[in-house]
Amino acid sequence: MNTDRYRFLFALLTFLATLGLVCMGGLVTSKGVGMSVPDWPTSFGYNMFALPVNQWLHGGVFDEHTHRLWASSVGLLVVLLTRWMGGSPARKSLAMVGVVEIVAGIFLLRIGPEWRGGGAFLASIGAVVVLVAAIPGLRVPAGGVLPRLAWAAFLLVQVQGLLGGLRVVLDKALVGHVTLGTLFGLVHGCLGQTFFVLLGVIALLSSPWWARLPAHGYVAGRFEVRGLLLATGFVALQLVLGASMRHQHAGLAILDFPLAYGRWWPLTDPESVVRYNQVRMDESTVTAFQIQLQMLHRLGAVAAVVAILTMTVRVGRRFGWASSLGRGVVVWSGIALAQFTLGMMTIWTNKAADVATAHVAGGASLLCLGTALVLTARRLTMPISAGMESYRTPGLPRAVLQGTP
Amino acid sequence: MKTLVPIAATVIATSLPLSAAEINAKVTLKGTPPPAAVIAAVKADANCGKVAVGEAKSRVYVVGANGALANTVVYIKKGLEGKTFPAPTTKPEIDQKGCMYYPYVAAVMVGQKFDVKNSDPFMHNVNATPKVNKGFNFAQASQGQVNEKMFDKPELGVRLACNVHPWMITYVSVLENPFFAVTDETGAISIKGDLPDGKYTIEAFHQKAGTQVQEIEVRDGKATVDFTFDVKS
Repeated sequence: MNTDRYRFLFALLTFLATLGLVCMGGLVTSKGVGMSVPDWPTSFGYNMFALPVNQWLHGGVFDEHTHRLWASSVGLLVVLLTRWMGGSPARKSLAMVGVVEIVAGIFLLRIGPEWRGGGAFLASIGAVVVLVAAIPGLRVPAGGVLPRLAWAAFLLVQVQGLLGGLRVVLDKALVGHVTLGTLFGLVHGCLGQTFFVLLGVIALLSSPWWARLPAHGYVAGRFEVRGLLLATGFVALQLVLGASMRHQHAGLAILDFPLAYGRWWPLTDPESVVRYNQVRMDESTVTAFQIQLQMLHRLGAVAAVVAILTMTVRVGRRFGWASSLGRGVVVWSGIALAQFTLGMMTIWTNKAADVATAHVAGGASLLCLGTALVLTARRLTMPISAGMESYRTPGLPRAVLQGTP
Repeated sequence: MKTLVPIAATVIATSLPLSAAEINAKVTLKGTPPPAAVIAAVKADANCGKVAVGEAKSRVYVVGANGALANTVVYIKKGLEGKTFPAPTTKPEIDQKGCMYYPYVAAVMVGQKFDVKNSDPFMHNVNATPKVNKGFNFAQASQGQVNEKMFDKPELGVRLACNVHPWMITYVSVLENPFFAVTDETGAISIKGDLPDGKYTIEAFHQKAGTQVQEIEVRDGKATVDFTFDVKS
């Protein structure tokens, strides 16, 4: 059995499951149904996994509860991935973490009713982690940074789950003028994208394709690496802006495009904002800040698309259009243009849930592919003699790794 | 001694004799608001489609004859400082029926209890998201379930929403005194109560059209005021 290949396929499965989870989370926010199940980690008082089907298949509960179940499945996949990537050495660490989580969970359960949810969540995770640690076999750890990346995913998935739960439980608590629900929702949205990118990186680095990718030592391509990094940074910034807009649950701050309330830059004085709100036929009321935030997101979208197209041309010319990197940037540009179109459609359809969710998924894909391109370009421009061991897949001869320029 | 002055003033103010008074107001909308949108999701939902009453439409602007504007909260904003009023013992009801909230706009006094009822044969959740008061979110799983709620601070337009059926929204305004009313499709209200003659500031608050303030004088227990909101579509 080719363990490396199966391990890669499992990482790919986890990555694809996470993409589904990002979409499901996007759908929950787009439909505004995140609070349809008021409790957590229970659902309407039931154990999450024992909610009667007739209650599950009911309006917004279906989306929210499915998101919870899907997230639990991804959590399990990540714990298994951590075990597989870490090999035998991971068993002891996982068992220790699991036991600590069980003890901490039981402690929280005993503090008081308000901590019961968090306690039950932590203790359940701990039990799953201990069980996974007990799985025999899978002795050989993955090479290079992969075990550490898997541990990072292990940490992130738990923080992400906790944030998602606390977003429900502490929804009404205020920090200044902002509710913890809004704040945790925003962090939960951004962290979800980060987690997705991390799993994409794990899948990439564990792939046979990556192991075969030669280090060409294209020193002349360093500019492209920095350019790709900058363009990916623009995308990340856009995702933060987008998440800030979405998690205020304020509806569309500006209803027209390419103009904004009939102007290239909308008026945001108090009288104008009152006038805008008067003619909105949805239930939302927007503020000057929300209008400015959307304008910033629009400008950011133009900047990101220009950066991506520019880097596509540069990378294509430098590395060749037929190279892996050349084909990658062409796909990246295609997604960027589709994403721009989805952004326009989000406004024109008055934030239809399916369109807005596709926009979220497009953003996540752009960020993930951008990160993969940066890593690939960095590897291709890496001096042949340096740093290769950290990426090396066990069992693959060094000569193959270095390849021929 | 200085500290006694405001205390004495408060005692005098609260002990002023109140008398029966009536304030009549009319709220009108000038201009043409966007037409009410049909909420297609009501019929499309497997449960709501079975209990929906007629065609559900957006109630952002409900306008009667001659521009009469419904769902506007009219209340005395200033002129009663220092006076305290007990919360009415009557309990208004907010009902969830056919996957819509009734009424769309309600008003209660600070500390006044109100009921939230589920008349539908399936579950709704009631998620209140005030900015000043303490919010709540609970599920009403069974038909006929009633939960009693109360807000303890003044706040206009507290939103109550069902996230299971996200188009279901109602607004509750919480006011400091009992002199308030919500307009219906006639746009007219009558505020009656023990209110001494004098000058008052009266405000009309509509969730979308905004707020308007007017100074009025109650003479011989009577006052009349008109509000006109101008909405340019």
